[in-house]
Amino acid sequence: MASEEMEQLVRREYKQGFVTDIESDTVPPGLDESTIAFISQKKGEPEWMLEWRLEAYYQWLKMTTPSWAHLEYPPIDYQAISYFSAPKKPEDRPQSLDEVDPKLLETYEKLGIPLHERAALAGVAVDAVFDSVSVTTTFKEKLHEAGVIFCSISEAIREYPELVRQYLGTVVPQADNYFAALNSAVFTDGSFVYVPEGVKCPMELSTYFRINAANTGQFERTLIVCDKRAQVSYLEGCTAPQRDENQLHAAVVELVALEDAYIKYSTVQNWYPGDENGKGGIYNFVTKRGDCRGDRSRISWTQVETGSAITWKYPSCMLRGKESVGEFYSVAVTNGRQQADTGTKMIHIGENTRSTIVAKGIAAGRSDQAYRGLVKIGPRAKGARNYTQCDSLLIGDQCGAHTFPYQEIGNSTATVEHEATTSKIADDQLFYCRARGIDEEDAVSMIVNGFCKDVFQELPMEFAVEAEALLNVTLEGSVG
Amino acid sequence: MLEVKDLHVTIEDKAILKGLDLTVNAGEVHAIMGPNGAGKSTLSAVIAGKDGYEVTQGTILFEGQDVLEMEIEERARAGLLLGFQYPIEIPGVKNIYLLKAALNAQRAARGEGEIPAPEFMKLVREKSAEMKMDPSFLQRAVNEGFSGGEKKRNEILQMLVLQPKLAMLDEIDSGLDIDAMKVVADGVNSLRSADRAILMVTHYQRLLNHIVPDRVHVLVDGRIVKSGDKDLALELEARGYEWVLEESVA
Repeated sequence: MASEEMEQLVRREYKQGFVTDIESDTVPPGLDESTIAFISQKKGEPEWMLEWRLEAYYQWLKMTTPSWAHLEYPPIDYQAISYFSAPKKPEDRPQSLDEVDPKLLETYEKLGIPLHERAALAGVAVDAVFDSVSVTTTFKEKLHEAGVIFCSISEAIREYPELVRQYLGTVVPQADNYFAALNSAVFTDGSFVYVPEGVKCPMELSTYFRINAANTGQFERTLIVCDKRAQVSYLEGCTAPQRDENQLHAAVVELVALEDAYIKYSTVQNWYPGDENGKGGIYNFVTKRGDCRGDRSRISWTQVETGSAITWKYPSCMLRGKESVGEFYSVAVTNGRQQADTGTKMIHIGENTRSTIVAKGIAAGRSDQAYRGLVKIGPRAKGARNYTQCDSLLIGDQCGAHTFPYQEIGNSTATVEHEATTSKIADDQLFYCRARGIDEEDAVSMIVNGFCKDVFQELPMEFAVEAEALLNVTLEGSVG
Repeated sequence: MLEVKDLHVTIEDKAILKGLDLTVNAGEVHAIMGPNGAGKSTLSAVIAGKDGYEVTQGTILFEGQDVLEMEIEERARAGLLLGFQYPIEIPGVKNIYLLKAALNAQRAARGEGEIPAPEFMKLVREKSAEMKMDPSFLQRAVNEGFSGGEKKRNEILQMLVLQPKLAMLDEIDSGLDIDAMKVVADGVNSLRSADRAILMVTHYQRLLNHIVPDRVHVLVDGRIVKSGDKDLALELEARGYEWVLEESVA
C-alpha cells in the first residue's frame, strides 16, 4: 500500500478514536456531577475522594480560562470531551507495525528506540507491553524491600487512603487555577510515590516501569512524597513521539519534601505537535509544584519540552523550610507552529533559602515561545538567594522568543541575580562548522546541543543521551 | 591546484575584487599582501564560501572542480580549509567533539568509515603537543575563553588534524606574540609538502620570516598588481605599497 493511503488510513483511525458505541466503561462527552460520580465509582474510591472532586468541580464552574499567557488557541469546548473512556480494545488498534504511519516509525528509528518498544509506543496491540514483565517484577520487589510505595494514584487512593488524604491538594489546592481545578475534579490516572524516612530510593523511578501506564491519561495526577532524609529521582515521559486522541491534557504534579529530603523530577515531553499547520497537536496545560516543606529540603525540576502544539507549564518550588533549595533547569524547543509559554516560580518563604533557574529556549520555524518566571522573596526569607539565567536561541527569522521575568523582593537581605540573552543562531558559528566540512544540519544540532549543555548535564545519563537525539529530530529541516 | 580567473566580487553592491587572477600549484606556499581594504580577506572568504559575497564574474577552480558550485561543507571536504582571522566561539561544544565531527565528515566524503576512537585520541594528542597545547584544551568549549594566541594555535591544530590539500590562513599572525608566532609558524611549516599548497593572507613581512613563501602577491584595490618571490615581501616592508601602485598604473 502506498504510504500516502496508509497515512490517510491512520488519520481516519485517529478521528475515530472517540469511539461512538457507548459501552459500560465509557461515558458520553460532557461534564457534570454525574460524570464525576461515575469516574469515582469506576475507580472504587472512598466517599471523601468523591467529595473532594466535587468541591473542585464547583470551584471550577466559577472560574475562567487564564488569558495572560502568550498563546493563541481557539476556545476549548469542555462539554465535548469524554472524561472517562476505557482503553481501546485490541481489535481496534493497529494489528502490526505495517499499519502504522511510516513517518512515525522513521522517527523511532532515528531516536534509536528498540524494535520491540516501537510497537507498544505506536499503539499496536501487543500482549506483553515491553515484554519485560520479569524486569518489572524484580523492580517491584526491590522497591518493596526498601519500603518505597510506587503505584498508580487510583491504587494509592484505595490502598493508602490516609497517606493520599494527608498530602493530596496540599501543594496544588483544588482551586489553584482553572486547569488544576478541572484536573482535581476528573483525574483518572497518574502516579503515587512515597519514600519513607531515611530511605534513598534504590533506583530511578519511571512511569515506563509502571505496567498500567501504557496509555497516557488525559488528566494525570501525580503525588510524590519524600519523608525526612529520603531521596528519590523520578523520570516522567518518554522521548518517543506520543500520539493521543485527546487533544487537551491538564496534568497536576505535587511534590512534598520533608526535612532534609531531596526530590529530583525530570521530564522529557514529546507529545504530538500537530501537522505542519499545528493541526491536531496536543494542548498541554500542566500545573507542577514542589513544596520544600522541611528544613534543608531540596527539589529539583529538569525538563526538556519538545512536543505539543501548546505548552503552558511552570514547575515551581515553595521554599518554606529553612535553607531549602529549589532548582529549575529547562530546555524548551519549538518548531513549526508550536507555541510554548513556560517557566517557573520560586517562592522563598524560609530563611536562607536558595534557588537556581537555568532556562534555555530554542525557537525555529514559525514557532513562538515565552519564558515566564517569578522569583518571590517573602519578608521572612532572610538571606535568600536566587540566580536566574535564561537564554533564547532563534533559528531562522520567522520565530519568536519572549522573556517575562517577574521579581517580588520582600526584604533587603536577599540576593537576586538575573541574566538573560537572546541570540540568533549565529551565521558565523554555522559558517565556522561548515567550513570544517560539517553539514549544516549537523552543525545546527551541534550548536544547539552546546547551548543546552548546562541543562542536559542535570538529566540522568540515559535521559541526556536520548534528549540530544530528540533535539536533533525536533529541529530537523529547520534550516536551509 | 587552485585557479582563480578574473574574479569580481561585490559586498552589498560595493565592488571589492575587480578581476583577480591567481594560480596556486601543489607544493607551493603563496602569500597575499596588501594595504587595508584591498580585498585580501574577501578572497579567502569567497573561496571558502562565506555568505554575503556576490561573485559577479569569473571562476574559481579547485583541482578542476567549479568551487562556486559547491556548498561550504563540500569545499572543506574536498580539501579546502580556511583558518580564521577571528576564530568563532561555540559555547558548550567541546573542541575535541568539533574536531572529531569534522574529521569524520571528511572521511565519510571520501567513503571511509569513522576513525576508531583510540586512533583519533592518539592523533589529536600528538598534534596538540606539536602546537604546545595542553590536552585540557581539547575538553574546553570551542574557542570559548581562549586568548588570541590560543585561538590561532587551535586553528592550526585543526589543520594538522584535518590535513587539507589547500590551507588558507587569514591573518594567522595577528595578535600573536613572538613565541606564539613561532609555534604557529612551526605548525604551518609542518604542513608543507609536495602535494599540499598553502595560501596566506598577511599584513606583515615578519610572518614570512618564519614561513618562507614561494610566491608573494600584492593585492591592491581588488586586483593582484605585482607578484614575485620572497624578496618582494622584503621590498614591501622597506618601501610600503605606494610604489607598487604607481608602477601598476604606469
